[in-house]
Amino acid sequence: MRSRSYLLINLGLALLAAIFFVASIYIGRGGESLVGKLHAIDETDRSLAWLILKEVRLPRALLGLFVGATLGLTGAALQGLLRNPLAEPGLIGASSGAALGAVLVFYFGLAAGSAMFVPLGGVAGALISLGVLYMLSGRNPSIVTLILAGVAISAFTSALTSLALSLAASPYAVYEIIFWLLGSFTDRSMDQVRFAAPFMALGALLVASTARGLDALTLGEDTAATLGFNQEWLKARAVIGTGLAVGAAVSVTGVIGFVGLVVPHLVRPLVGHQPGRLLLPSTLAGAAMLLAADLLVRLPMNGPEPKLGVVTSLIGAPFFLWLILRTRREAP
Amino acid sequence: MELRVENLRASLGGARVLRRLSFDARGPSFIGLVGPNGAGKTTLIRAVANLIPFEGEISLDGAPVDSVEPRARAKKIAYLAQGAESHWPLSVERVVALGRLPHLEPFRAASPADEVAIERAMELADVTRFRDRDVLTLSGGERARVLLARALAVEAELLLVDEPVASLDPYHQLGVMEVLRAYVDQGRMVIAVLHDLSLAARYCDRLILLDEGIIRADGGPAEVLTAETLRSVYRVEALIGGEGRGFHVQPVKRVE
Repeated sequence: MRSRSYLLINLGLALLAAIFFVASIYIGRGGESLVGKLHAIDETDRSLAWLILKEVRLPRALLGLFVGATLGLTGAALQGLLRNPLAEPGLIGASSGAALGAVLVFYFGLAAGSAMFVPLGGVAGALISLGVLYMLSGRNPSIVTLILAGVAISAFTSALTSLALSLAASPYAVYEIIFWLLGSFTDRSMDQVRFAAPFMALGALLVASTARGLDALTLGEDTAATLGFNQEWLKARAVIGTGLAVGAAVSVTGVIGFVGLVVPHLVRPLVGHQPGRLLLPSTLAGAAMLLAADLLVRLPMNGPEPKLGVVTSLIGAPFFLWLILRTRREAP
Repeated sequence: MELRVENLRASLGGARVLRRLSFDARGPSFIGLVGPNGAGKTTLIRAVANLIPFEGEISLDGAPVDSVEPRARAKKIAYLAQGAESHWPLSVERVVALGRLPHLEPFRAASPADEVAIERAMELADVTRFRDRDVLTLSGGERARVLLARALAVEAELLLVDEPVASLDPYHQLGVMEVLRAYVDQGRMVIAVLHDLSLAARYCDRLILLDEGIIRADGGPAEVLTAETLRSVYRVEALIGGEGRGFHVQPVKRVE
């Protein structure tokens, strides 16, 4: 009975993500639908419309799907690993490392060279910060060491990002960096999606493989170890998987806040608190939520489009406040 | 099932905690590990559970515990840590089900055998009636029994428990000891770290008295808990009386 409702919830979330995915392809600026327009235009315009669909809308929708899923999954996994409901994927420093890598590409004026340089720089930044994380915290880090090392890396890379901003030679580079940091899916190419997707997929697989280990961690590390889960290997899969997936996501889209933190909290009332069972619905809900947010930012007909990362934080933060108030009310 | 511990040595933070410790045990048996604070009791069972590095040899049915594959070891040795807690508000049934993790096949849900084991463990620990309650809303005594049920659900041949009755009232202390006794009577071995000597003496088949990392006495409760060992190891004068389930030890005065 209970596993059937779990299945139904996952199917429902998958359906929601699928609806938003399709909507993301067909609905454009100001909410106008591509399908409606197809009848009104002639043959040459139709092939142009098809091109827009394939080269503009599809990568955007795919990014919404992949990045949302990545953030939902890794957020749930890190909260389980660290046994802390406030954990989020950025905690281990890989996403700010990725942001720094991408920012340096802008800083040195390389971004104009190829559309691939920014994501390359981002993934390199994520990998380097993961390496530093392991050097700082050792092979079998304690939870506290892991968090401290992650915070240190985040702080240092953010400082370097600010340094790059303040020393940037041209105001245009500063403008580019700031807008990129705000996080967005617009004007991303299929090549960038193809580049980031394998990292996200590999990272997601590593993270998904920790589901039962995270369940065991509910009772602490010693109990998890005596239930047959090698702690070193479990942490490595969760941390490296998160770093790869989130680093690749950030390197293409910039920083998108609050999704990884909030989505697991949204899903818990539906499927319970067991960390392993949270992974799949959190993945699906993350994809649905980010696709929906990306639809929301393109609703205004005129003026500049609000950046996605700004919108997710604008919606995410008040929601989180409400969550805190509710938890406080429920607490004995 | 046979547990052999030979020349076991272990250190914590550079300090030698266990020094050349050896004993054999054959199941079914309820073994109480007693001794003053800092004697090395917890270190000993953590070494048997393979949670800390050690020198010497610990083997279960002839196989050294540190060379067995973790999942295979997890099916044979269950461990209940001192003051274990659930970090998430799971239902009682879900917490107990965690004990079946070593038995689950990859990508498969719990089998009927797992379901049976979960029911049996909840029954034995008498927690079935709050199976749907959130474990964090239970009282300390109830929660201790739920976590014990989790360890029982593994259905391991060897169950290691660290101070299972600490912070429980007398009613729940007796309850936990009876559960452990019943588990042994199903043909398994339990090694429990205990501070309450009367409880240890009443429920255990055998006591191992540790002091400063070595075994000071080993045998039946009445042989181990004598006025002489209590004075030299625990540094207390004690009143000792009764026998069998009525055996009791009452420390009355410190020895300087």
